Amino acid sequence: MIAIPDCSFNTTENRDPAAELLELSLGPQHPSTHGVFRMNAVLDGETVVRLQPVFGYLHRNHEKIAENVSYLASIPYTDRLDYLCSLTNNWAYALSVEKLTGLDVPERAEYIRIILAELTRLQNHTAFLGFLLGDMGAWGTALMYGFRQREKVLDLFESLTGSRMMSNYMRFGGCRCDFPEGWLEQARTVIDEYPEFLDEMEQLLVSNEILISRTQGVGAISPERAINAGLSGPILRATGVDYDIRKVDRYGIYDRFSFRIPIGDQGDTYDRMMMRLLEMRESLKILKAAIDEIPDGPIVNPKAKLRNLRPPEGEAYGRIESPKGELGFYLISDKQPQPYRFRVRPPSLINLTLLEEMSIGHKIADVMVILGSIDIVLGEVDR
Amino acid sequence: MLTLETIRDRILEAVPDAGVEIISNPGPSGQDSLLVSSGHGLAIALFLRDDPELRFDYCSNVTGVDWLDKTVKEKVIVREDDEDVETQVERVVPGYLEVVYHLYSISKKHGPVVLRLRTADRNEGVELPSLTPVWKSAEFQEREVLDLYGIRFTGHPDPTRLLMWENFEGHPMRKDYCAPDDDEPGDPITARERKEEAS
Repeated sequence: MIAIPDCSFNTTENRDPAAELLELSLGPQHPSTHGVFRMNAVLDGETVVRLQPVFGYLHRNHEKIAENVSYLASIPYTDRLDYLCSLTNNWAYALSVEKLTGLDVPERAEYIRIILAELTRLQNHTAFLGFLLGDMGAWGTALMYGFRQREKVLDLFESLTGSRMMSNYMRFGGCRCDFPEGWLEQARTVIDEYPEFLDEMEQLLVSNEILISRTQGVGAISPERAINAGLSGPILRATGVDYDIRKVDRYGIYDRFSFRIPIGDQGDTYDRMMMRLLEMRESLKILKAAIDEIPDGPIVNPKAKLRNLRPPEGEAYGRIESPKGELGFYLISDKQPQPYRFRVRPPSLINLTLLEEMSIGHKIADVMVILGSIDIVLGEVDR
Repeated sequence: MLTLETIRDRILEAVPDAGVEIISNPGPSGQDSLLVSSGHGLAIALFLRDDPELRFDYCSNVTGVDWLDKTVKEKVIVREDDEDVETQVERVVPGYLEVVYHLYSISKKHGPVVLRLRTADRNEGVELPSLTPVWKSAEFQEREVLDLYGIRFTGHPDPTRLLMWENFEGHPMRKDYCAPDDDEPGDPITARERKEEAS
């Protein structure tokens, strides 16, 4: 039992001081917490007065494991961070090791990486929409619509990497294997069908009155707060901050593609949802161009060493724009086969920094929607 | 972006008696870092955030690093029986814990600048200033460093463990941490493992 905290910062001004506060523990086993995540909420009636996230239910000390195995052996572990987006996790890790060793990536491998990363973004955002609607009470239907479409992308992943979700695909200086025959044609069909799905989803959801009243003005934050709290990805851009690592760092070959970065205005749940819908359309543009332009050639740098890799002494921080936000890996090498320090910068954890600020003053049912709109995966939050 | 040398000089201009040192990175990534004296950590962080030319408003990554005591072998000339004799002496360089901050600027779109703060040692003097008042993004990450490395952050709004449970003892990410043996007594598989280990 936790003592009831001091609630002097309550934003509900006309609160009856004699009214009793209720402490409610949400989770860790609750469908709307997206895994094993717990929140200690203090309620005044139905209004949230205080909210404290509790972490660690899925903690397995991924960083410690990685400091005791070789560089290559960490790739399958990175799949299990944000298990919806294992391919972007692989890429972020491979990018950091490439920075640490000073390794180039052949052109075809760069194209493969971009195609897979954007497909990952598509399927993550598609699943996100389904989950968010589930949190709002449209349980099942929207999720299944999303999952039906997402499965087509996962089929592509399976035929390339051998696994729907745990891909273990990217390697230092390239990729593990080339596309099987007919893969690109199949991918093109999926991409060509996607706008139809997006239109349908938009028609079904975005003009829905219930959805608008549940999301607009709920959990709004200012851009200054969002930057200071280190938010990243779509929820940072929903507040109106123009910051996308694909454009800022231009890692890989993103500078060769023309795409736009959707920017929000209010920073509320509605904007955060719309960011995802708009981002998917931009991803489709990148995908179309990449599939058209992909050159032939090697998929892995011949100088790359996988087994018994001992990078030169030094450190490197590499980051990419994963579907959830800024995913970074910080590595220190002391010329041993294992990294001396292996650190994951988890966007899901840091995006939760403002959960309390977003939730205070809203109803308890809105907390589920706000949490859903942040889009967390507990494999990455707890690591 | 300004070079790291210029940033260092500007910090010294703004915070005159601060200790700032450039730690060069021998690897190919070329990400050098600034080692900052812990006493002036907060003032330097505020300067980096608010200086109109630097504007490091985004603290992306906060993490700890554990550097163990190092034994260095040195050759020393000792006078023995009116003769200079060269002998090897072992000297222990005390270890320390380190917090690393990766700073970016969203308004200026530059970065990263790597900021390092070091504790006095690994046992008692593990106190460092918390930079959460400057960048709120450090809140959970500093709690994680506190949890896994045992660095005490002064001025942190909620200095509790983040991932491990409340009554947990020890700091698992330290290099000399030994996991407790929590196997059930009398477990035949563990017993066989122990036997194999011993042989």
